[in-house]
Amino acid sequence: MALIDLANPTRFLAFIARVLPWLVVATAIAFAIGLYLVWFSPDDYQQGATVKIMFIHVPNAWLSMVVWAVMSVAALGTLVWRHPLADVAAKSAAPLGAAFTFLALLTGSLWGRPMWGTYWVWDARLTSVLVLFLMYLGLIALWRTVEDPARAGRAAAILTLVGAVNLPIIKFSVDWWNTLHQGASVFRMGGSAIDPTILRPLLVMGLAFSLLFLTLHLAAMRNEILRRRVRALWLMQAHAAQGA
Amino acid sequence: MGFWPSLGPHAGFIVAAYVATVVVVAGLIAWVTADYEAQRRLLGELEVRGVKRRSQQPPEAA
Repeated sequence: MALIDLANPTRFLAFIARVLPWLVVATAIAFAIGLYLVWFSPDDYQQGATVKIMFIHVPNAWLSMVVWAVMSVAALGTLVWRHPLADVAAKSAAPLGAAFTFLALLTGSLWGRPMWGTYWVWDARLTSVLVLFLMYLGLIALWRTVEDPARAGRAAAILTLVGAVNLPIIKFSVDWWNTLHQGASVFRMGGSAIDPTILRPLLVMGLAFSLLFLTLHLAAMRNEILRRRVRALWLMQAHAAQGA
Repeated sequence: MGFWPSLGPHAGFIVAAYVATVVVVAGLIAWVTADYEAQRRLLGELEVRGVKRRSQQPPEAA
């Protein structure tokens, strides 16, 4: 099947039906390996066992931004190329992004209390991620408010692209402003600052959460395509009833 | 270190973070699964009533 064939929703549904079981298995295996490595990972010399929160906090924080980036590409697909699945992809990703962002905030807060002595500070990193979470909720509300999916999709696409400005602010907030949050330590110039015994489980958990997102995103896209079919059939039925 | 790692004085925070993650991820999986079943049921009900997509209708009716 050529990539262009996937632009057709029916073919895309067939593609999802084929790959979804494999993705579920791959996600389960990645989580099993990741959690095994987390279980036996050493304590940090400063933070002790509290470092184990990092293995779920960091992947969720990565995904909170990656999902918005995916939605931004989909928004371009909606506005520029009018791709039939672009809006479906963006709408399906938003609740997942909101959940990952919520988990990043919650686990960060639970990590911050024993390490910083506080659950929350209004510094640049934490506040910009909270803004990201509120933007996810705003987008979900927008899609639910406008009844016509095409109109809602275009409005949401514009809002998504405007909101993408927040991504570099989140990423570089720890460099631009004074903050309690530590600077970049995994992907940075000069290589990772984390010991391999802790970096390895972190990367595997990052892969596991990424596969989880991919699996849930494809499943949610399938649901959205079916929802639009149901809506189209209802409209057909209503028109037929009016004409009768 | 034995099989059970010692979580130290902040065990409650570590366990709470993992439990919250499990609850939210399980909620996402349950939501996606329930939504799929709901959409399939709605499509099935419409097909039983004879409402079909244009591509499923015979050529003369399309």
